Amino acid sequence: MNNFDYVRACDVAEAVKMKAATPHAKFIAGGTNLIDLMKYHVEQPRRLIDISRLPLTAVEETSAGGVRIGALVPNSTLAYHSLIESRYPLLASAILAGASAQLRNMASTGGNLLQRTRCAYFYDVATPCNKRTPGAGCSATGGLNRNHAILGASADCIATHPSDMCVALAALNATVQVTGAQGERAIPFADFHRLPGDRPDLDNTLRADEIILAVVLPPQGFAANHSYLKLRDRLSYAFALVSVAAALELDGGRIGEARLALGGVAHKPWRNEAAENALRGQAPGHEAFGRAADILLKDAKHVAHNAFKVPLARRAIIRTLTQAASGTPQIQSIKTIR
Amino acid sequence: MTAHIGTATSRVDGRAKVTGAAKYAAEFTAPDLAFGVVVSATIPKGRIVSIDAGRACAVEGVIDVLTHANRIRMADKDEAYRDEVAPEDGAPYRPLYDDRVHFNFQPVALVVAEDEDTARFAATLVDIRYHTEEFATDLHARREQAFKVDKPVKPRGDATKALSGASVRHDADYGVPIEYHNPMELYGSTVLWREGGKLVVYDKTQGVQNVQRYVCGVFELKEGDVQVMSPFVGGAFGSGLRPQYQVVLAAMAALKLKRAVRVVLSRAQMYGLCYRPATIERLALGAREDGTLAALTHEAIAMTSQHEAFSRNDIGWGEVLYASANSRATHRLAKLDVPTPGDMRAPGAASGVYGLECAMDELAVALKMDPLALRLRCYSDRDQDKDLPFSSKRLKECYQQGADAFGWSKRSPKPRSMRDGRELVGWGMASGAWEAMQMPFATRIVMTANGHVEVASATSDIGTGTYTIMAQVAAEMLGVPLDSITVKLGDSTLPKAPVEGGSWTAASISHAIVNAADDIRAELLKIAFTMQDSPLQGLSAEEVTLADGAVMAIADRSRSVPMADIMRHGGMDRIEKERGSEFENDDQHAHNTHSAIFAEVKVDEELGVIRVTRIVSAVAAGRILNTKTAASQIMGGVVMGVGMALHEEATIDHRFGRIMNANVAEYHMPVNADIHDIRVIFVDEEDRIINKMGIKGVGEIGIVGVPAAIANAVYHATGKRVRDLPITLDKLLG
Amino acid sequence: MSPSRESAAPLTKPAPLSVTLRINGESRTLSVAPWTTLLDLLRNHLDLTGTKKGCDHGQCGACTVLIDGRRALSCLTLAVMKDGAEITTIEGLAKGDELHPLQQAFIDHDAFQCGYCTPGQICSAAGLIAEGKAKTREEIRELMSGNICRCGAYPNIVGAIEQAMGGGR
Repeated sequence: MNNFDYVRACDVAEAVKMKAATPHAKFIAGGTNLIDLMKYHVEQPRRLIDISRLPLTAVEETSAGGVRIGALVPNSTLAYHSLIESRYPLLASAILAGASAQLRNMASTGGNLLQRTRCAYFYDVATPCNKRTPGAGCSATGGLNRNHAILGASADCIATHPSDMCVALAALNATVQVTGAQGERAIPFADFHRLPGDRPDLDNTLRADEIILAVVLPPQGFAANHSYLKLRDRLSYAFALVSVAAALELDGGRIGEARLALGGVAHKPWRNEAAENALRGQAPGHEAFGRAADILLKDAKHVAHNAFKVPLARRAIIRTLTQAASGTPQIQSIKTIR
Repeated sequence: MTAHIGTATSRVDGRAKVTGAAKYAAEFTAPDLAFGVVVSATIPKGRIVSIDAGRACAVEGVIDVLTHANRIRMADKDEAYRDEVAPEDGAPYRPLYDDRVHFNFQPVALVVAEDEDTARFAATLVDIRYHTEEFATDLHARREQAFKVDKPVKPRGDATKALSGASVRHDADYGVPIEYHNPMELYGSTVLWREGGKLVVYDKTQGVQNVQRYVCGVFELKEGDVQVMSPFVGGAFGSGLRPQYQVVLAAMAALKLKRAVRVVLSRAQMYGLCYRPATIERLALGAREDGTLAALTHEAIAMTSQHEAFSRNDIGWGEVLYASANSRATHRLAKLDVPTPGDMRAPGAASGVYGLECAMDELAVALKMDPLALRLRCYSDRDQDKDLPFSSKRLKECYQQGADAFGWSKRSPKPRSMRDGRELVGWGMASGAWEAMQMPFATRIVMTANGHVEVASATSDIGTGTYTIMAQVAAEMLGVPLDSITVKLGDSTLPKAPVEGGSWTAASISHAIVNAADDIRAELLKIAFTMQDSPLQGLSAEEVTLADGAVMAIADRSRSVPMADIMRHGGMDRIEKERGSEFENDDQHAHNTHSAIFAEVKVDEELGVIRVTRIVSAVAAGRILNTKTAASQIMGGVVMGVGMALHEEATIDHRFGRIMNANVAEYHMPVNADIHDIRVIFVDEEDRIINKMGIKGVGEIGIVGVPAAIANAVYHATGKRVRDLPITLDKLLG
Repeated sequence: MSPSRESAAPLTKPAPLSVTLRINGESRTLSVAPWTTLLDLLRNHLDLTGTKKGCDHGQCGACTVLIDGRRALSCLTLAVMKDGAEITTIEGLAKGDELHPLQQAFIDHDAFQCGYCTPGQICSAAGLIAEGKAKTREEIRELMSGNICRCGAYPNIVGAIEQAMGGGR
């Protein structure tokens, strides 16, 4: 790791002030991604501001009937929280599909949103990467890109976002509550992560002086009909090749509200409104699900090694929607995919 | 008498391992310990133009930055660097010797500091400029330039003609990618410096005496100046057979700085060590309608480094397993700008038998024969290349017992014909073989009058259970309880042992112990028979045994004298005997272990997700010394075989000549969730020829054939033949 | 390393800070630099080498310890951030000569070979049992998947955990 100094923030206002005062400072909470990146010299902050003791650890119901998750709630606490297990099991399931039990004990809710890509070139400082060093060039585009994006990529970057939890949060229409020098604001989840465009160095729309306070879930949790399916190169403890979060509201044999979000395919959790609209009012089934998948993947583009992700995503979407519709969500400890 | 040999004895080093008391190489310390961190090359080939260590040296706490430009004197002859496992052909890599870069991740500097964090930080500040030269890292691109290596497998008959005349033929390439051992322990060495320039080296190695000679050779030190120890090794699987470069760097720093130095590699840097070479296994089989083989050809095309020609026996296994009148086997090597490959669990066999056993499966499909029936039809009672019978070969019993345990007879022959819900079910099988080797080992046994026994040899226990079997054999031979035995190993000053590899350690060390114990017994009996009023009087050596800490009559166990009394009577505090393994050379037989593996996979029909739900591995490996630890060895081989089949591949970006998944997150190895039911069966195999005790060894045989059994099961499930490992879900889509 | 990045980074070492940790029941106050991980603190500063370094990047689980009773990776934990925390390592599990039930079960089931991942496996299993979320073999496998065992002892590890959980076998 590079040389940095360490300060501990006692409250949110102090944390914000500390961040604004120091260029190249970073907040640290769980540290599971940041310390990893610092050891690879990808991140070289001058100062770490320890926010792990800020009072952002509550999981509580909101007056609007939703749930507010403090930014420092550990992933495992969240996944096993009774409110989440009972009302938002899609989120619980997605969290349990990611990382390992130890990492989930350490990683925070806010930190999960800020995870950086697992693109091998981003991680290896001996190779060029636009995300790490703007203008250096993208090594993945003409290199090893089996794990890379099929949707929303740019000429400058084809990296994917590695989170599972965020795929569920995207599907659930969460909002991200942040505060900074200019005060508090709420960012709809879909607007939180960015597409790479010509600024792949920016993963999200959080401003430099802002801190995540909470993630707020709206009342609708799709507890009856949901599923999170993750496909990867081994059966646990691996990043997604493709993952799908599906949530349906079934109304007398027809689909009412429908949500579909994909992981492992883009620079952000991927939603497609048209695909979801195409599901509404339809009878759940292979045909409707296939149509939605086709709409979602209409603009999919592959590079040399990831063409398989397009048919894989299509089949995964259909399967996950089928699981959701039948009320038999994927259980993460059971590896048979029903 | 308590039987120890052949029992399910728990590891004698178990307590040390579960309490954290067992110390590994990087866990020894000294008051003057400094920490070295390696700076690795970022190009695959070229020259170091300049190294600016100014900023690194400016960091408080940095002691020195060692490079080729300021290194201490090192030997300048290749012989000094050629350890006992080095390929005969080539010039071994010399760490930090000159400005040449031979491979990516090669060490180019060592930053030494008072603490490890400072050394790591300073290592990022060393500014190195390179001149990169044209390089090649892709085996497939260099396939045509591969040269033929001399291999002992002789051609028999006219394979080309027999192939063209065969009524059923199968011909295909099978691909094995670069695989890394990835033992859980990082490579590391702690070198203590003693007055007068002597070194005490704690190293992660499978051969302390190999490292000892190597360090002496490289730094031109006297034999007595270097002691190498390795009491515990956190896995190796072959990666620790040759001395690795961190021991050179740590020793160099200790000699230069005259203080203790520890160097631990990062996981990424371990991708600059040895690995299982990528190979293309080209198999051609020609059969008659009844399944008997008319011809078998096997060509392996493997990668090696520019500086050494590494190869193992990929191609000879058909000679051991299947009768064929005509055969031809060739091995080619393509030189690439990479580190020299090395031995990884069942080197040669794991790759070669993968190709052979998939090819046999494909031939069975073409013949519309059951794959097991085809193996039995082609069964060979002789090693055809050596033209010798086997000392023992109970492979037929492996097939039988494995098939019965698995339920093979219930297999529906047609691919895609078995299913469980959305999953296609596939059953596949394969054979395995490995050599049963034995080497000259020496052991010293010291029995003291208080009943304690110390058994010592310079061998290693890399997790294989050597500590335990040494204690078991000594306990049984000397008739003392297991807990009165102390085993010492992993110390170059102990009696001679070669590297622990090739599955030869169990057989070799056991015979050395038996011989030394025989000498102790003879000494005890000599005194016992002369004791006055001895209840043993009148008995011959054949009529007594050592048991329960006493010498006793076999026919009447009440007639006994405690060994302590015997020693006291003889006026001895201790009896010390050292003996070698002393094998007779048997050139009248081939010596092998054999196995039959049966695998069940379940494959999601649409998504391609593969689960290995059941594996039965039936092994014939002579006498099993410890059924508990030996079963674990086989199980571990099976798990590594699952990784080979489904997960493992180091991927090189050939534009950079650099491995891009040099970690254990994206170099996938099986995790707990990937492993389900594994059943290990040891088939009774009494071998009165191979050695006195009938021991063969089990370290390698567990992995051989497993990737093929799984690949064949995936074919049976899906109807899709994936020949290039690993079989990932994308290869099953579409 | 790319030489140009952040080239203005100061060459001084970070100033050490005082940290108090309760390690295996014993309170320890230490002076450590902020860049020192809990893993390196245990191994290099306290000679508690039972906690293992297998990857140093949160990819293998060998460094698993219990922090305030929860299993965590000491390689991705800065020691200074855990001021006041209760740390349990493999050295703290046995009560004197009496092994922890998991330690005994690992020996009984031969749930290790080289022993290097073992302290992490056992600490992880202790965390798993405390969490109470694993009831079936499938659940044990899934929730122990953060601990890689290259020797391939997984079935025996699952068996040992079942024994320690009181499930028998």
